[in-house]
Parts: sequence; structure tokens; C-alpha cells
Amino acid sequence: MYNFPVADDSLMSCRHCDLLQRLPELSPGESAQCARCREELWRPREDPLNRTLALTLAAAVLFAVANTVPMLGISVVGRSTATTVLGGVEQLWGQGMISVAVLVFVTAVLAPGLQIGSMLAIALEARRPRPRRWIAFPLRHYHYAQTWSMVEVMLLGVLVALVKITDYATVIPGAALFMLGGLVLILSAAQVTFDPRAVWMAIEWADESHGHSTGADADNPQP
Amino acid sequence: MSERAITAMRAGLQSCAGCGLLSRPGPEDDRGNCPRCDQRLSFRKPRSLERTWAYLIAAAICYVPANLLPVLTTTTASGAEHDTIMQGVVLLWSPTGWPLSLIVLFASIMIPSAKILALAYLAITVERGSIANTEQRVRMFRSVELLGRWSMVDVFVDTFTAALIQLQPLMSVEPGPGLFFFAAVVVLTMLAAESFDPRLIWDAVDESEVEYA
Repeated sequence: MYNFPVADDSLMSCRHCDLLQRLPELSPGESAQCARCREELWRPREDPLNRTLALTLAAAVLFAVANTVPMLGISVVGRSTATTVLGGVEQLWGQGMISVAVLVFVTAVLAPGLQIGSMLAIALEARRPRPRRWIAFPLRHYHYAQTWSMVEVMLLGVLVALVKITDYATVIPGAALFMLGGLVLILSAAQVTFDPRAVWMAIEWADESHGHSTGADADNPQP
Repeated sequence: MSERAITAMRAGLQSCAGCGLLSRPGPEDDRGNCPRCDQRLSFRKPRSLERTWAYLIAAAICYVPANLLPVLTTTTASGAEHDTIMQGVVLLWSPTGWPLSLIVLFASIMIPSAKILALAYLAITVERGSIANTEQRVRMFRSVELLGRWSMVDVFVDTFTAALIQLQPLMSVEPGPGLFFFAAVVVLTMLAAESFDPRLIWDAVDESEVEYA
């Protein structure tokens, strides 16, 4: 059973307080706030698809490297060990902390990967004159990946661990540490340029048949 | 705003959490799907307060062992030492390390407890239909959403400390049972915040406007 869409694109409700309001005409860089609770309703971006694509590609490269090269090493009296992000997860798993290992894997590797992957897929697919319907899936679930993607929190955690360990051993910061620093910056820049609402509106224009049309009500949205 | 505030719900419209589209449910079914992205729709998050309470109570229960049980066990030639989160904060405190110590104190002790208290306060005031301090409560919910993720810091600190310091028989660090409960607190409070529907804060205000209009 599908709801009947409201045809008026500028009408929207605030996601925080549900106030129904009409968006003013916005040019890129301007933003509209909710009249009641000041939540940002929409901020259209300058050239969103190209910028998101460029930044997400950079993020994907950094992410791939950050997860393959050593992140942190230590040396004590001639002995040294090093670990990658996944190495930390593996170690936890081996020590029997399976659920915590899964949590670290999800927040440090899986969710950021899905976040970068879905932004990349959306930025590529939305450039086509008629984006295909599967694009709805990453668009709809993107905010879950964003909520659980915690690269910046992990970076802070690694830095604290690094300082903690300097008491016992010589710490050798690995290349992945710098990659992660770059990734945090690039990823937040990519999130800022990413504009799901613009993509949804573009899809609507391209796909007027609406797949499973219930368009009877679309012409007269108000009773 | 010159005219009286009207919500999408009062206009009979549902907004999609997945794509933001406004749509009108069919006459006999107010749990339809979004015509644009297929997401299941409802006027408010279903059973929002019950789910928030369930996660909050679970988080409060896990909060106790999370702070009492050791998160790290350090084994050296001279024996084993067990550290709780608070002891970790104290250990980090040094003339050079105190800013990090404060970060960990803030992220691991203050954020989780403040989050549980804030969400409980929000849930109670919504249940009582409070219309006071709406602005402050909304700001409170936004900070909970924004800051909550940072309490994961300690999980990462302990993960990578334990992963690196494996220099048997010289010295080794193992994660302790407290880490499991602490991670549970972080996840449960994030789920509680996710379950809470901030629109409920405003619904009481809308109802009072109807009464006195």
C-alpha cells in the first residue's frame, strides 16, 4: 500500500518538529531554517555531484590505504610490533571480546566503507539522465552508515592510545595514521557537499512514471 | 509566522525519514509506504517512548559494571594490574598528558551518564505532556545526537592499546570484561537517541494551542 505523494516540491515538514512549511527559493550556499525550531531544512550545494564525486574518490583511496598499511607500531628493548586497523579488530576477536570486535569493525571499517561506497555510487549514478531505481537503496540508508561511521572518533582514540603507550615503549606512527587524518578531513568535506534532497528531486524529474504510480492524488494534494 | 503553526501530522501528511517526501496515507491505512523510496511510513516513530525507555534502562544497568569492572588488564613480570575506566583517566593524568585525560574523562564518564539522564528527562517530560522549556529540551536532544558518538573513544583506546602491547613475557595488555559493558552502554544510548522522536516534544505544544485557541 503506497501513500499518495504531495506534488508540491517546496512543501516540506521539519524533521525535528514536524512543522509544515514552504521552502523559499534558495540559491546554492543559502540555507532555510525551520521557523519554529531552527533546524536546518535544506542547504542547496554548489555543484553537488561533481564535488561529492571528487571528494569521495579521494576518500576511497585514503580509506583503502589506511586499512592496508600499518597504523601504529611500538618497539621496546629491540622487540617491535605493529598493527593495522583490522589487526586491532582481529586481536580483540582472538582475546575473546567478539562483540566488541564486531562493534569496532562496524564503526571503524564497515560503516565508513559503506558510507564512502554509497556516496560514490549515488554521485556516479545520479549523473545519468535517468538514474536507475536501485539508487533509492543507498540514498535511503545513507544516514545509518553516517551515524555509525566513526573514523574521527577512532582517530582520537588512536592518538590517546599512542600517548598512553609512550610511557612504556617507543611509538612508531605508521602511514595509516596520516591517511586517517586526511580521511577525516576529506570525508567531512564530502558530507558537506553531499545533497540527498537534490538527488531525490533529480530522480523525480527523470522518473515521472514513479515506478508504482499512485498519481491519482498527485494533482490535487490538498483536500 | 503570522498564521498558527500547523504540523504535517495535523494536515494528514507523513514525511519520509528516508527521503523527506511528504505524502498522504490512504483512507484506511496510516502505515503505508513512501511512493518515492518505498520506506515504511508513520506519523511518529512507532512506540518511540517505549523503545527509548527499553534502551535507556538497559544502558543504565550496563553502566554499573562498565565503571566497576576493569577494561584493561596489564600483565608484567611483577604481576597483573586491572584498570577501570576511571583508573585509566587517572593514569593518563600527567604534566603533559592532562588534556587527553580530560578528553577521556569527558567522553567516557560524562557523556554516557549525561546522555542517559538527558534522554530520561526528555522521555519523562514528553510523557507528562510538558510544554515548558521546549527550546532547551530541543537543544538538549541535538547535543545528545551530536556528542553521543564521542563516547566510543575509550573503546578504540583500549582496542589499540591491547592490540599493540603484546610483548610476552615482558608485558602484555588484555581487554577486561568492563570493556564489553562499556561498549554496550555506548551502543544502547545511541539506539535510545535514535528511537526518541523529537517531534513528540512539540506535539504537547500543538495540543495546548488547540485547547486555548
